[in-house]
Amino acid sequence: MLFSVIGNYSLLLGLFFGLVLLYFSTKNFRNSKLLDTKILSFTFLQFFLVVISFLCLVSSFVVSDFSNETVFNHSHTTKPFFYKIAGTWGNHEGSLLLWLLVLTLFILIFLIRTKNQPVKYRVLTLVFQQIIIIGFFIFLIKTSNPFNHIYPVPSEGLGLNPILQDPALAIHPPILYLGYVGSSIIFSSVLAATTLNIVTKKWASHIKKWVLISWIFLTLGILLGSIWAYYELGWGGFWFWDPVENVSLMPWLALTTLLHCILVLEKKLILTSWVIILSISTFALSMSGTFLVRSGILNSVHTFANDPERGLFILIFLFSLIFLSLFIFFFFHKTSTNNPSSFFWLSKETAIIINNWFMMYFLSVVLIGTIYPIFLDVLSSQKISVGPPFYHKLIIPFLIPFLLIMAIGPKLKWIKSNLDDKIYLITLLIVSILLSILIVKNFSSNFLINTILISGAFYLFFITLRDFFIKGFKNLSQNIAHFGFSLLILSILFNSLFSSEIITNLKVGQTFENTKAKIVFESISQKEAKNYRSIIGNFTVQDSKGKIENLLPELRIYNQPNITTSEADIKTTLLSDKFMVINIVQNQEFFNVRYQVKPFMLWIWISVILISFGGLMSFLKKGYEK
Amino acid sequence: MKILKLFLIIIFIFPISSLKADNEILKNKITKNLRCLICQGQSVYDSDSEFANSLKIVVDNKINEGLSEKQIYSYFQGKYGEWILYDPMFNKNTYFLWLLPLLIFFIGGAIVFKNFKKTN
Amino acid sequence: MKNKLLPLSITFVFIIIFIIFFKGLQNTNIYTPETKTIYEVPSVSVKLFNSNEIVNTLEIFNSDKFYLLNIWSSWCVPCRQEHPILMELAKNDNINVIGINYKDTKKNAKSFLEELGNPYNKIIFDNKGTNSIEWGAYGVPESFLINKNKVIKKYIGPLTERSIEEIKLFIK
Repeated sequence: MLFSVIGNYSLLLGLFFGLVLLYFSTKNFRNSKLLDTKILSFTFLQFFLVVISFLCLVSSFVVSDFSNETVFNHSHTTKPFFYKIAGTWGNHEGSLLLWLLVLTLFILIFLIRTKNQPVKYRVLTLVFQQIIIIGFFIFLIKTSNPFNHIYPVPSEGLGLNPILQDPALAIHPPILYLGYVGSSIIFSSVLAATTLNIVTKKWASHIKKWVLISWIFLTLGILLGSIWAYYELGWGGFWFWDPVENVSLMPWLALTTLLHCILVLEKKLILTSWVIILSISTFALSMSGTFLVRSGILNSVHTFANDPERGLFILIFLFSLIFLSLFIFFFFHKTSTNNPSSFFWLSKETAIIINNWFMMYFLSVVLIGTIYPIFLDVLSSQKISVGPPFYHKLIIPFLIPFLLIMAIGPKLKWIKSNLDDKIYLITLLIVSILLSILIVKNFSSNFLINTILISGAFYLFFITLRDFFIKGFKNLSQNIAHFGFSLLILSILFNSLFSSEIITNLKVGQTFENTKAKIVFESISQKEAKNYRSIIGNFTVQDSKGKIENLLPELRIYNQPNITTSEADIKTTLLSDKFMVINIVQNQEFFNVRYQVKPFMLWIWISVILISFGGLMSFLKKGYEK
Repeated sequence: MKILKLFLIIIFIFPISSLKADNEILKNKITKNLRCLICQGQSVYDSDSEFANSLKIVVDNKINEGLSEKQIYSYFQGKYGEWILYDPMFNKNTYFLWLLPLLIFFIGGAIVFKNFKKTN
Repeated sequence: MKNKLLPLSITFVFIIIFIIFFKGLQNTNIYTPETKTIYEVPSVSVKLFNSNEIVNTLEIFNSDKFYLLNIWSSWCVPCRQEHPILMELAKNDNINVIGINYKDTKKNAKSFLEELGNPYNKIIFDNKGTNSIEWGAYGVPESFLINKNKVIKKYIGPLTERSIEEIKLFIK
């Protein structure tokens, strides 16, 4: 159909102009002192063509144009309108088009917003970004074209997986991509800055906003993914150390570390090598993520189609970029040995450096855990699984010093500090420890580690809270972000300590009772919706305090594709969530009922929002942190 | 006499019910560590598939037979391979898995320390 | 020379990583279990479908004959497809077809057999699915070729013409 034709040609034209742009920018780099005006126009044109292509794909989904292979594979006429649109990026080809959209958008914004920067730098950044963009154009057009035709045109599509029909999941990719793909600009600009030897304090101030934007979106994107998993997947968990989740966490860790290095670099000329390496790594990790998840090399929950041919392309593309970066780093980067900035061991710089070291350690744990099974399989044909216990064992003990340093670090001055009049640091520590002992003492499992961990988190919590009340708006963004982090750790810990669950089999009319709750399976009803039929269980649950809650978990039987999903009913309050899910038991008249009480779930989400909010405050601020 | 009987009954039931609770906790711990082999990335604990449900019953039986946690993992590993265990065991296949991050931690520490000494 | 060591070794490491990922792409990521290793028949107490008798598996598979242990249930759609193949195989004198009725009700299982025929010499009633796990099964349908108390071959999924050809070669 028309949309496919226009979409396809826009892509081809986009590639053409992308190449043209690469040519002109290399020419401009060598010749002129001024930015060639053609460059800005072509950058805009390139972006515009990708937008058109993207809109064509959206339109194809909306009108259910099944002559388009992608639409046929992933949509259905009975899908609700909103999800038809979201279906555009809920598949491999469409999501790559989204990658291109963000790549071309960011370079355009970069060129517009960096009018005060040296021309050579801007143009060279464009050159590197274009290499990425052209690579993606070719990848898209050649191996993952969203505008393939099929003939004869089927009358109905194969539908979209119903668990992907959820509002959080619908906006999760665009937000996540603004984060991950946004880090491409950091990658390109650091390569440019390294080549031109301008990785300086001034450059750090300039790039900080870009790092912040990428970081904020990445944080929110990960949050949305977790929220979706919690509300939609029916097992009440929000993080499972699944490869796809790990693959979004790794760039986040690199980016957070980068952010802190930039904060230091803004003030003094140190850690330049780290800034360069981390900027390269963030984007490299984002791309590796794409590779790991879409090539079929890993087994995970995500539903992208697996295709080794695509995997091969990304692998070669990714490693070309890595080797290019390695070359630029080793060839152009000169570590400044003539002006070593010295600082005392008890200083803010040290605290940041130490925590960066810890974050790099966390990154290596996640990275090794995720790719080790691949290595083992190739080298010795053994298949092992690396799951949550591995990550917990290696990360949790190290969180303790990490939290303490996060609390004390900001209190230290740059270069040198003393802790003479900081009695409150000790008192708050004691308060934290006492409080956590009080909370944990009723739970015998892992008493020691839980107490210490909670003390650490409380310490950070109290210190940041105190700073907010005493110091007011000074360093507000850092305070909010660190406070958010302490709240996150506390919420996760309390959630895991105090969650309870009842699993039982019930027929309609039956009751289950124990010391914690009484569950009555009141009735069952059926409902017909646009693209599914549902069975709704009506339960009343009375908790140990006598409070009664009415829960309506649902089973949805979809027609296209033919699968049954379990929709949990979740009653959220500030203090805890009540979560219930039912499942059919083959050949039996009773249902399998799972009821969970999960404290502080809402606080987990709120804390992550606070963390991003801290980032946002920093982004909007003029001048830099003290 | 009746009170004594009642008392004896309670004494016997109490440890059984707390034993049951302990068994429940152990069962949950074990099934969280077992991969549901016909699902995509879910543990046996989280999954409601036929395979997972049967496996849960087998775990229950094994616990009641008195097998320890390690023995139960061994049993399943014998039937399905190491792939079914989420907690990778520490054996010659996984030395690098467990030790490499720690190695990186120490190397990182060495770099930080060295750079620190250099600037002073 | 020392200055060149670091970049060279890092580049080398990345080259190795690239090669490993490259090779990794060629392997499938779906775990295909060891259908090739031969293992002992597990010794399990099982309940027979028809007589409700409790016997040990070693008693069932005790003679020198070949056995095909087939896991099936009435609610399993691919089982219907493979059933005619089983009926055909049952006619062969060199092999005994034994069934494990997996997570089913006797009523539905009987209807299934009435409708499609009964190729099974004996049927084990595994209404909880726990027996199948003793055999290392994933679900249904699955079949095991057994001889001399050893499982020689495991077939995951419905039996196909090709698997039957293979079985026939074994049992000659």
